[in-house]
Amino acid sequence: MTAEKILTRSFERPDSHTLDGYRASGGYQAWPKAQAMEPAAIVEEVKAANLRGLGGAGFPTGTKWSFIPKNHAGPVYLVINADEGEPGTFKDRYLLERDPHALIEGMLIAARAIRSATGFVYIRGEYVEPWRRFSAAVRDAYAAGYLGRGFDIVVHRGAGAYICGEETGLISSLEGKKGWPKLKPPFPAIKGAFGAPTIVNNVETICHVPHIINRGAAWFAGLGTKTQGGTRMYSVSGRVARPGVYEESVAITLRQLIYERAGGVTGNGRLKAVVPGGSSAAILTAAEIDVTMDVDGLRNAGTMAGSAGVIVMDETVSIPEALMVVARFYAHESCGQCTPCRESTGWIYKITHRIVEGRGRRADLDTILDVARRGAGTTICAFYDGAVGPYISYIEKFRSEFEALTEAAVAAAPRRVVVSHA
Amino acid sequence: MPKLTVDGKEVEVPGGTNLIEAARKAGVEVPHYCYHPGLSIAGQCRLCMVDLEKAPRPTIACNTTATEGMVVLTETDRVRETRKSIMEFHLINHPLDCPVCDQAGECWLQIYYMKHGLYDPRMTDEKVHKPKAVPLGPHVMLDAERCILCSRCVRFCDEITATGELGIFERGDHSEIGLFPGRALDNPYSGNVVDICPVGALTDRDFRFQVRVWYLDSAKSVCPGCARGCNIDVHVNRRRPHHAEGRRVARLKPRFNEAVNRWWLCDAGRYGFTFVDDQDRLLVPTRREGETVSDATWDDAIVALAATFRRSPPDEIGIIASPKMANEDLFALRRLLDNLALRRVAFRVPPRVAGDQDNFLIRADKNPNSLGAELVGLGGDSRAVLEAARARRLRCLVIFGHDLLASEWPEAEVREALGAVETVIFVGSNAHATSAAAHWVLPAAAWVERDGTYTNFEGRVQRFRPAVEPLGQALAEWEIVGRLLAALGVDSTATRPEHWFRQLVAAVPAFAGLSYQALGDGGRLLPGAVRA
Repeated sequence: MTAEKILTRSFERPDSHTLDGYRASGGYQAWPKAQAMEPAAIVEEVKAANLRGLGGAGFPTGTKWSFIPKNHAGPVYLVINADEGEPGTFKDRYLLERDPHALIEGMLIAARAIRSATGFVYIRGEYVEPWRRFSAAVRDAYAAGYLGRGFDIVVHRGAGAYICGEETGLISSLEGKKGWPKLKPPFPAIKGAFGAPTIVNNVETICHVPHIINRGAAWFAGLGTKTQGGTRMYSVSGRVARPGVYEESVAITLRQLIYERAGGVTGNGRLKAVVPGGSSAAILTAAEIDVTMDVDGLRNAGTMAGSAGVIVMDETVSIPEALMVVARFYAHESCGQCTPCRESTGWIYKITHRIVEGRGRRADLDTILDVARRGAGTTICAFYDGAVGPYISYIEKFRSEFEALTEAAVAAAPRRVVVSHA
Repeated sequence: MPKLTVDGKEVEVPGGTNLIEAARKAGVEVPHYCYHPGLSIAGQCRLCMVDLEKAPRPTIACNTTATEGMVVLTETDRVRETRKSIMEFHLINHPLDCPVCDQAGECWLQIYYMKHGLYDPRMTDEKVHKPKAVPLGPHVMLDAERCILCSRCVRFCDEITATGELGIFERGDHSEIGLFPGRALDNPYSGNVVDICPVGALTDRDFRFQVRVWYLDSAKSVCPGCARGCNIDVHVNRRRPHHAEGRRVARLKPRFNEAVNRWWLCDAGRYGFTFVDDQDRLLVPTRREGETVSDATWDDAIVALAATFRRSPPDEIGIIASPKMANEDLFALRRLLDNLALRRVAFRVPPRVAGDQDNFLIRADKNPNSLGAELVGLGGDSRAVLEAARARRLRCLVIFGHDLLASEWPEAEVREALGAVETVIFVGSNAHATSAAAHWVLPAAAWVERDGTYTNFEGRVQRFRPAVEPLGQALAEWEIVGRLLAALGVDSTATRPEHWFRQLVAAVPAFAGLSYQALGDGGRLLPGAVRA
């Protein structure tokens, strides 16, 4: 079975990004309904829909909204995280380019739910076309009177740092500061952007909201599993026949996604490993893909749903090289704020690089594992824990591949002559 | 006031207190780098991890507020292992150049490695290289490789001086402290970043390579640079004099005083001590006859001066005391004035350039004891003393410290005045144009060479203590005046500054109830003073 297309229903329309195209496919019908609802009723509806954050953490959206202090007097901000940067993830790009009004309508409803008059959309700097499309949609929504009547949208472009996709790093960047994640507490819902209560939601998450209002929480919840409703968009990349974005129920298995949707491994090659939720998710072996793709299903499998970026590796891929590439990414993108992350991402990259170059040592693998475990959970944000996922899982699940390299290096190394310094 | 226990010790702290301070109050030191009680919480060094009862993993103490009934454990196995790990992370890219680093001996990487690290190093790859020996401004040198990116210096410039010269640039392990384009670290408080830098990244350009810190001795003191009276430690090099070409005072460091300067000290005060070991120090009493200057013994000088005082009618003796003198000196002088019934007395000499002032520490009055001199009763009209000299109505003029020729007064009028007095006596620590014009020059000890107290502009009386011996034959002013009193037949049993202080307390109501013991290390407000 193929799930009903919800988020991507109009992607095939050439005018899906325009106001007319959006209206023609049923857009802007949820907003009048939401306007007739009390804010608390919207929050309850989204809670009942089991909508969970689709940016990576999978936090229940309605619950997050309910953290905004009641009867707060000052401004409340809604911030949309469109800084899609998780390697292997490219779904929000499609939404911004092909259905920007869905995000605007979702924001209108979310803003009503949290009583916000201003929304910020933080778009990844490299996303030029998505930014153009979304900005045009915002202009049209103002002209059509959806925006500017109690709710305004500010479009903000990032400058290309992965860490600015971290909730509070994004807020720092939005505030004009270096994109360093903030200490929690206080949490953004209490003290976020510019010191005001702030909700940060992912693009895809908010694009779901109009459909929940239109068709009801029960319908949405019924699309998924017991603990997560709806569909989500899987970015499938790597060694598959048909890479791309697939909207499916969160209840689909990884095997179905790869073999029934993405056409299986390229050239009938043999599957070796899959990263199921963006580069920060622990890797799965070919034997571990009979797992449902919802937040809890993947968590129980020792990995995470993350941003649903599915990276497929076949037998041609060297896992040590793949780890080196991932390690280089985390070393490059660590913001440098917390010592464990700043120092050990660079160190681990150097070790993986040395191993791949044929200069590995026997102790290297245990050093990486030990350093990763020692640093895990010691930092301000989840970035380092995200790096630890691949560090540990790649080595634990494919240790023999690494050992082949280190043993070869040890065998090839010239014997050291120990000279007494006495 | 939440009550909590830290390592089993119960402690009660004000609401809002973080766990580092709560532990400190319980006598437990939680190691940390980025936390500083005078700055905002950064939470980025990750060293101050502690265990909370029932918490799934250790948490940083700096960003955790003490709450009622909290059970804090700072020495669990888990916390110890975490600390050890964090120490290893801090040192991965550290150059370990302790043998040539000025911070060695007072470096928190060294201290905490020995206390909490002691792991076998595993980092064998090339370390990240960064700029070294970069002057950030007139006083501060940066070694970016030694930096642990705690951001204290950045926060200091953002939050305390609000000058914002520094930032952290680049990302990951290439992050480094640096100046924003076109800026220099030249704010009036720049030296403080060296104090708060826990490692050898920011060093003092004046102090660098002078002497190893373990050869330094320290004395509690008060900065004489302005009327604020910031509390300081005077660090002196007595044990390796050859390491600093005879320079004895190595550096001044701010000493915490909640009521005065907290942790801070301005650059003018910090670097204003060079006169102490300057070549122009006065070392022996001298007498000038015409162009001929000859050394004299103290005995000869005192006898000669007593004779001058005896033969001069009180009205023909002028005294210009100094607001840089200690309360003890000023009171000894007051005793002299009372005994001889001298009336032409003052202490204020207007500076040629008005002093700068800000709303933080720096005061326009560049003297440490103007209020003390006023309260002791020496606040006459100094210009009138000068005019009396010019009008040849003075036979003897005693000048303490002031270089009248560098004051706001017209130089020609000062020269005229000095030339019109039979005996000009100068008492001070350093030679200048005015001392050169005196007939008698008596060498006074610098403030770091003696005991005493100053009264700051708010009325806080604070002690300073000797860090080094007086140079040459220099004596504290109270002792010079005391010898003169003895020579004049006035009974003076004060042989220590504390004796003079007791007499001052007994005689001047403003000081009632004070004693050296009561002043302690942080000083005391005068009973009648209201804090500004």
